[in-house]
Amino acid sequence: MVRESSIVYRTVTDVRGPLLIVDNTHNVAYNEVVKIRAPNNELLTGTVLETGSGRAVIQVFEGTSGLDTDLTAVRFTGETMKLPVSTEILGRILDGSGNPLDKGPPLTAEDHLDIYGSPINPYARQYPRQPIQTGLSVIDGLNTLVRGQKLPIFSGSGLPHNRVAAQIVRQAKIPGEEGDFAIVFAAMGITATEAQYFMESFGETGALEHTALFLNLANDPAIERIITPRAALTAAEYLAYESDMHVLVILTDMTNYAEALREISAARSEVPGRRGYPGYLYTDLSLIYERAGRIHGRKGTITQMPILSMPQDDMTHPIPDLSGYITEGQMIVSRPMHRKGIYPPIDPGPSLSRLMKEGIGEGMTRFDHKEIQAQLYYGYSEGRDLRDLVAVVGSEALTNRDQKYLRFADRFENEFINQGEFEDRSFETTLDIGWNLLSEFPERELKRCDPSTIQWAKERGAYKIL
Amino acid sequence: MAHETGQIESISGPVVKARGLHGVRMYEVVRVGHEQLIGEVIEVGDDICTVQCYEETSGLSPGEPVVATGDALSVELGPGLIGSIYDGIQRPLPELKEMSGDFISRGLTVEGLDKEKKWTFIPSVNKGEMVEPGSVIGEVPETGIITSKIMIPLGIKGEITEIVSKGDYTVVETICKVKDDHGDIHEVMMMQKTAVRKGRPFKERVPMNTPLITGQRVIDTFMPQAKGGTGAIPGGFGTGKTVTLHQFAKWADAQVVVYVGCGERGNEMTEALEEWPSLKDPQSGRPLMERTVLIANTSNMPVAAREASIYVAVTLAEYFRDQGLDVALMADSTSRWAEALREISGRLGQLPSEEGYPAYLGSRLAQFYERGGRVKALGGKDRIGSITLCGAVSPPGGDFSEPVTQATLRIVKVFWALDKDLAARRFFPAINTLTSYSLYHNNLEKWHREHLGTDWPDLVTEAMAILQKDQELREIVQLVGPDALPESERAILEAARMIKEDFLTQSALHEIDTFCPIGKTYRMLRTIIRFTRKMTRAVKLGVNVRRILEFSVLDNIARMKIAPWDSYESTMDKIETKMEREFQALFNELTEAGFITPEI
Repeated sequence: MVRESSIVYRTVTDVRGPLLIVDNTHNVAYNEVVKIRAPNNELLTGTVLETGSGRAVIQVFEGTSGLDTDLTAVRFTGETMKLPVSTEILGRILDGSGNPLDKGPPLTAEDHLDIYGSPINPYARQYPRQPIQTGLSVIDGLNTLVRGQKLPIFSGSGLPHNRVAAQIVRQAKIPGEEGDFAIVFAAMGITATEAQYFMESFGETGALEHTALFLNLANDPAIERIITPRAALTAAEYLAYESDMHVLVILTDMTNYAEALREISAARSEVPGRRGYPGYLYTDLSLIYERAGRIHGRKGTITQMPILSMPQDDMTHPIPDLSGYITEGQMIVSRPMHRKGIYPPIDPGPSLSRLMKEGIGEGMTRFDHKEIQAQLYYGYSEGRDLRDLVAVVGSEALTNRDQKYLRFADRFENEFINQGEFEDRSFETTLDIGWNLLSEFPERELKRCDPSTIQWAKERGAYKIL
Repeated sequence: MAHETGQIESISGPVVKARGLHGVRMYEVVRVGHEQLIGEVIEVGDDICTVQCYEETSGLSPGEPVVATGDALSVELGPGLIGSIYDGIQRPLPELKEMSGDFISRGLTVEGLDKEKKWTFIPSVNKGEMVEPGSVIGEVPETGIITSKIMIPLGIKGEITEIVSKGDYTVVETICKVKDDHGDIHEVMMMQKTAVRKGRPFKERVPMNTPLITGQRVIDTFMPQAKGGTGAIPGGFGTGKTVTLHQFAKWADAQVVVYVGCGERGNEMTEALEEWPSLKDPQSGRPLMERTVLIANTSNMPVAAREASIYVAVTLAEYFRDQGLDVALMADSTSRWAEALREISGRLGQLPSEEGYPAYLGSRLAQFYERGGRVKALGGKDRIGSITLCGAVSPPGGDFSEPVTQATLRIVKVFWALDKDLAARRFFPAINTLTSYSLYHNNLEKWHREHLGTDWPDLVTEAMAILQKDQELREIVQLVGPDALPESERAILEAARMIKEDFLTQSALHEIDTFCPIGKTYRMLRTIIRFTRKMTRAVKLGVNVRRILEFSVLDNIARMKIAPWDSYESTMDKIETKMEREFQALFNELTEAGFITPEI
């Protein structure tokens, strides 16, 4: 389409929160990028949210401070937002919109990709089936992560989700298969200290040169957070689908992202949905989360691990709630478990990995994985229920069977879930610890396991009846 | 006829306003912009009309053309639907992949049915016969399971003047000519087009008296669905909505399954695509895809097409119903559809009612569910077909008091409530037996008595009573501990434990347990209830519950689930015999000890 992109408009009529309203515009396209020159000559960027009737509504990523209606100049570029991509993006530190923050040269570009991407045709997708060994028993044993999955960590303020995420990044691997591995890290509104922690942690393992960092820190413009995850995922898509890499994308903290979205929605006086978040929050989040997966005929994969802090640890808050409806499971960091000194404090009850069922078993982890996972879950939830009972009636009132479940639940937390921050357990180790704990129970109590599997575990010496 | 052309006036997300489209009608399809994106008119004004666009609108600018097409949003119906996977507006995804690669780009036009492929048409009428809309004029063996009936489309009535002989034809070749009362000749081809927003007509509704057997014990027993019935399955994330609907799609004894993934995960559709072709339909033994149509509008695909996908799906279902088939339609999830309504409504600036949803949410949902039912189809001989509608609902925060769940519950007759606590314990299917219900028990009672056993209703009532009592007792146990309960009540707790663990839990992943033939369900329930009755009797006579829990038949009962589909009868016979023996031994002992008199 032929457009004059050189026209500079000085017809700003309103500056409202993060929005800029320009009048007398002609043929401005929806979602196109806008360059704005502030009265102090600072150059800002925005995109068109609404266009028509000679009027354009623009969201300004850097915030609107310093803009006015007289001197501010606006130029429409005629293009949607694009990110220059190449494998050289690895090892670089960028700001939330993808501009270099380090002292390095400008990004070289093999290609310029639209940061909004396009939906993957479901017919082209390949179902994720390769388990990732994170070395954490509570994940590997009970809720295995699979390559191409989007598995968020739901946490709360003051909980060690960053340590857990860093440990996963350090240890994650597919046993017996070392492919090209890359990390794309997108920070949205986290503190400099937290960002520093991740960088140090990547540095220790030498992962930094395989990492592209997109940093929008707490003191950076809030509206830029709308761009950050999209820019990061665009880089990830290039690395995975064009350069055959296995990419792990960490997005932290999605709560800050959603708040930026709410700010814009409020400024546009849209009808709010729950808790003031826009009605399209679900759709918007899905446009981010669904950019994970595998595609037939392409080697690379994108695995997403978004981190989000639940306000007041409330899982029914719209952000974790809507995320949970889109992502393929969730890891819940539990405050009570953290207080008990268990690390990683991931509560198996509400945690879930939806893709696990296809990624475990013979040839992937071990043939007994499904059965032992079901049995461990059963035992632990029985034990937890009994704890409530004990609190009322005392442990003397319990039957012998119940006593066993109670002891099992304690041991399960201390020996299975609990592990060192630098302890890297294999699938084998994790499952054997599980069998060892199940030795609390007689064979008859193991209803979730096939008799032949129990026999196998006995011969292996993993399940020993006390 | 040259179509009316207008210009884009403004754009806001999927909503585009256009000026100068004179004479354009409500719900007419238009092509928007230079890229010819597909859209549908949803508001008509004096000069300006509003269009919802089924494709992403980034880069569109005011002044670009908008062209009317004269047609309402329609689907193509005919041989070739079965086994297809479509997007929300009936574009085949494999073709889209061929055209635009792994990612879906914009402005692609693909038609729903393959116009090149030839199908074997076998005529069943002769020249000179009178036909009306819905009359069957021939058949096409479409897959190993489905033989498509070719019907006279709506609006054509008269005498057949020409009909082709058996042979191979494409769906757009004329196979029949009909002369109406005015002497006009109508050409009929295998394909017909139907607008999606209005239900296809039928002769009359008929009673629903056959269950849709899902192979899921908890459902077939406690909240059975009828063929032609409507059901909703609400639950928070992770409670197993999608797994349950997938289980229905795989195992339900419908002849055709239409599965619409509406605003859900891409990988879930992929799972169906990869897994279902290798699964066998339990009724016919043929590959599952030979009876299935998939519609995928994943959450990252355009929101307006999500709104349309539900209508497209139910129209396809109606086409099969009119052929006299039992169709099951699964919609996952109706909440995402409602959110699409909300988003569009918000962009139109309509006054919101509850939680931002438009005021017409309830009536739209009702219109959708009313398209289910068991009916006599139009045209000549009585063909009875049915559409069973099962919709997932995704309430925010798992809170059933929200508008979509509540509006749905006012309409549907079966309610499968998923329970977060059960899911957290990995108790699957996580359906809460006490809050869920089915209003079809009475309609289906006759069928159940005839096909299973006359004692079926009693068994179900008894099992439900045990679960109810168990719930009450558990509250007491929480307060005072199990020791405070008398033996008779402990027996109830044990009975409930058996029902829950040995009967209600069912693994969707286990190769045998994933599907339970209704006969096996009956035998399993009967065994447990018989055990319970005997246990209750023994306890009344002073036997300690712990003593009964040592019976070795309990191990067999715990493994009833994995008795094979074809030989469960003999396994169940053995278990019942063993149970009789063990109890008999106990009662003999009691008799010797003088607790009972021998004749009992």
